[in-house]
Amino acid sequence: MLTETILFYLFAILVLGGGILTITRRNAIHSAISLIVSLMGVAGLYLLQQAEFLFVVQIIIYIGGIMLLFLFVIMLVNLDQAAKERQFNRQWLIAVAAVAAVAVEIAYFLFKGKNAFQIASDVAGTVADSVGNTEVVADSLFREYLLPFEIASLLLLVAVVGSVVMAKKRI
Amino acid sequence: MHPISTVHYLVLSAALLLIGTVGVLTRRNVVIILMSIELILNAVNINLVAFSHSWHGPQGQIFAIFVITDAVAEAAVGLGILIALFRNKETVLADEIDLLKW
Repeated sequence: MLTETILFYLFAILVLGGGILTITRRNAIHSAISLIVSLMGVAGLYLLQQAEFLFVVQIIIYIGGIMLLFLFVIMLVNLDQAAKERQFNRQWLIAVAAVAAVAVEIAYFLFKGKNAFQIASDVAGTVADSVGNTEVVADSLFREYLLPFEIASLLLLVAVVGSVVMAKKRI
Repeated sequence: MHPISTVHYLVLSAALLLIGTVGVLTRRNVVIILMSIELILNAVNINLVAFSHSWHGPQGQIFAIFVITDAVAEAAVGLGILIALFRNKETVLADEIDLLKW
């Protein structure tokens, strides 16, 4: 129990620290590296909640795929000029005020409803223990969620075609 | 010491969501705005997995997989748009792209 608590706070520091560094760095490469740290913290949180399949997906797809794409684009697009200029909008104060208002709202509802969330988070010996997380997810994904799964593949096809059309000089 | 409950994960996810929102609203660099959107989507995923763990069902994790799929599609198309934009306007600063502004 104590190990879980320590690990949770460790990963939480990784996630939030990486996130804050991501939005404050001047150099886009540094932002990307910080984002990778944050995403690894999120992957650790998945592992802490027995979502092993999502842990692997997070490492392979997010850190291996999406962040690689980001780094490629950062190198493709010349960001030296942008790094020398002002990094924040002129209306940043209004934006921060709006986000603070939303934060107060969320904090109020979390505080008000926190008793509703205390249910059964630490029950040992769940149903899925003997089967394994990946098997449970696969069973559910290919039975109840087969149609959304196919639609997701269609979405990816559209995204591939769209990004090629966008990025190519002459079609 | 308190054991880690679902509320801990919800608070963490809310904090990450707010950090991402600040990034989207205040940064000028489009690449970093796209990264902030990834932060927001990850906050949503933490939430979904926390509820999935709390209810002992795989549904939240399935939904998180679909959110990751959307994130991939969004990143690919967004970065494609960014490359096309940079080729035409030679800038990646969001407030200099004001062609439709009066």
